[in-house]
Amino acid sequence: MSQAATTRGVPGAALGTLLEVRSLSLDFTSPKGRIHALRDISVAVPKGRIVGVVGESGSGKSTLAYAIIRLLAENAIITRGEVLLEGDDLLRLSPRQMRDVRGRRMSMIFQDPMTSLNRVLSVDDHMIDIQYRDSVSKAEKRRRAIKALGHVGIPDPESRIRNYPHQFSGGMRQRICIAMAMLVEPDLILADEPTTALDATMEVQIINLLKRLQSELGCSILFVSHHLGTVAELCDDVVVMYAGEVVERGSVRDIFHQPGHPYTQALLECDPGRIRERTRRLPTIPGNVPSLLAGEVPGGCIFKDRCPYVFDRCQLERPPHYTVVAGVDEGRADGDDTLAAHTARCHLRDPGEASRDRESRDIRQARDKAAGGHP
Amino acid sequence: MTAISASDARLIRGNSAWAEHWGQLRKNRLGLFGLFLVIVMVSSALLANFIVPFDPTQIMVGPRLGPPSWAHPLGTDQLGRDILSRVIMGGRVALIVALTSLAAALSLGLVLGLVAGFGPRWLDNGLLLALDSVRAFPVIIFALAVVTLLGPSLLTVVFVVAVTSIPVYARVVRTQTQSLRDHEYILAERAMGAGTGRILGVHILPNVIGPLLILVSMDVPLVITLEAGLSFLGMGVRPPTPSWGTILNDGYSYIQNSPWPVIAGGIPIILTTLGFTFLGEALRDIFDPKLRRDV
Repeated sequence: MSQAATTRGVPGAALGTLLEVRSLSLDFTSPKGRIHALRDISVAVPKGRIVGVVGESGSGKSTLAYAIIRLLAENAIITRGEVLLEGDDLLRLSPRQMRDVRGRRMSMIFQDPMTSLNRVLSVDDHMIDIQYRDSVSKAEKRRRAIKALGHVGIPDPESRIRNYPHQFSGGMRQRICIAMAMLVEPDLILADEPTTALDATMEVQIINLLKRLQSELGCSILFVSHHLGTVAELCDDVVVMYAGEVVERGSVRDIFHQPGHPYTQALLECDPGRIRERTRRLPTIPGNVPSLLAGEVPGGCIFKDRCPYVFDRCQLERPPHYTVVAGVDEGRADGDDTLAAHTARCHLRDPGEASRDRESRDIRQARDKAAGGHP
Repeated sequence: MTAISASDARLIRGNSAWAEHWGQLRKNRLGLFGLFLVIVMVSSALLANFIVPFDPTQIMVGPRLGPPSWAHPLGTDQLGRDILSRVIMGGRVALIVALTSLAAALSLGLVLGLVAGFGPRWLDNGLLLALDSVRAFPVIIFALAVVTLLGPSLLTVVFVVAVTSIPVYARVVRTQTQSLRDHEYILAERAMGAGTGRILGVHILPNVIGPLLILVSMDVPLVITLEAGLSFLGMGVRPPTPSWGTILNDGYSYIQNSPWPVIAGGIPIILTTLGFTFLGEALRDIFDPKLRRDV
């Protein structure tokens, strides 16, 4: 299985893949017609690593997470592809088999901790309930729950466990949700923007908590976020999504230091943490996300309408995943064998377009200089 | 607080949830008054057979329409029957009607509401049409029709109340279920591998049952007055079985000369209605965690 994955060149496949999404395409039905929300998505999550999925709102990053755990809205239809969890295609499982995967091999942390706990149930009702598969006594389940709460940093868990969700702050509730997701000791945790609803200091704490728990449990995490800073802080590998496509993927170091796709470059330039000069204007990426309605999805490169380096080839030909830095199995140029391959879906990364790539780099540098920004 | 073992914690928790509720009820004077009235009414109904001074249907040679006396604290009616005994037995009838009909309506309404709220849309539409058709029928007209068909009896009253209450409860449950089914914690529960049964039982039911029980406790007085009303009109409980409604009906003709039968039949209706209403409102305040004042 990992052999096949390697030949397809999905990064991380060689490190012992836990989850592999292969060529996944998903449509939403709408009154206006089909919406091609995910197109040909391939993502690999190696064992024991944290993979970040970044992109703007509407890029399909959350949809990808829900497709993996198969909790999609009723109007979603998976048209193509496979979701392999240690070789088992989750898309082929019966609903009953899929229920066995959820909450055992895979669990999920949601965006809004204010709504992801039931307000009429106390925390121990929640935490005892999710252990329904284990045939141990209720006292034992409560003991485990208290331990888990202590582990995620809830002070005085013995008495706080009797409280109701509304008696906790947002950050505490997210800790409880994390404790619940960890309690079942899954192989994979899907985290759907778990810090978006929290303030910045809480965000840092939650990220550190996830990091600590991940290294203790040795599970893998698929971390969906639009916040580049948290992804850089937490993740090993990054997948950049744009308008329902993976445009770039690679190790966090490669993506942040030498982004290969103009979209990733633009995204990084828009990160407020990176702005050095005094300005009243936050940088934006001009233009809008293209329509994904059937028949309206643009041909060629999906980013061409907003790309500053667009040229004739982008209009006609859909770029494949060009390798920027080879993965471990192909022998990385820098010899670092812990990093995944770095690929980008941009014609500029085609070795045949090297002269055009140099031009684009000149344009970038000139613009950076004009803006007075960092090099 | 010193360290406590898990089993201690469970014991404390098991008691403290109720202790907490009781503490809150104790602070609510109106609720406490309601509880007192309800307890008096329920216990007198339960013990009716033992506490009635006379057989409530026994026609006695004593005074007719006699005023309150030591022998007959609430007086006697036009046939010389002891009114106190009739009031106590009437309470029992009222309670039996209220409890059986509301229990039936509650369980059927709950099931129909959950099915409509969580099931497929076609089923929801079908059930809703049926429920709304029943609800659109005026209660009294429906009651008259049923009485005409089945004849007046205790069972008829129970049937009428149950059938007319089911749509109300089912609708409440359905609406609640629908608003809950899209909640993130339902999604979170599904992400933990729970099936429909577990979601309904663990998450939806506790959310729905609270409002529903409060609704039921507020409906008890409605049912009691409906039973009294039907019996007053001669369409409920058949004489000689005493009911507050029949006591009122019996005393109605003699109200100018001897008002005590009407007073004796009317006051328990008022007190019971008030008792259940106060208690219902207090319970609503206590069991809705969002409304809780102490944290």
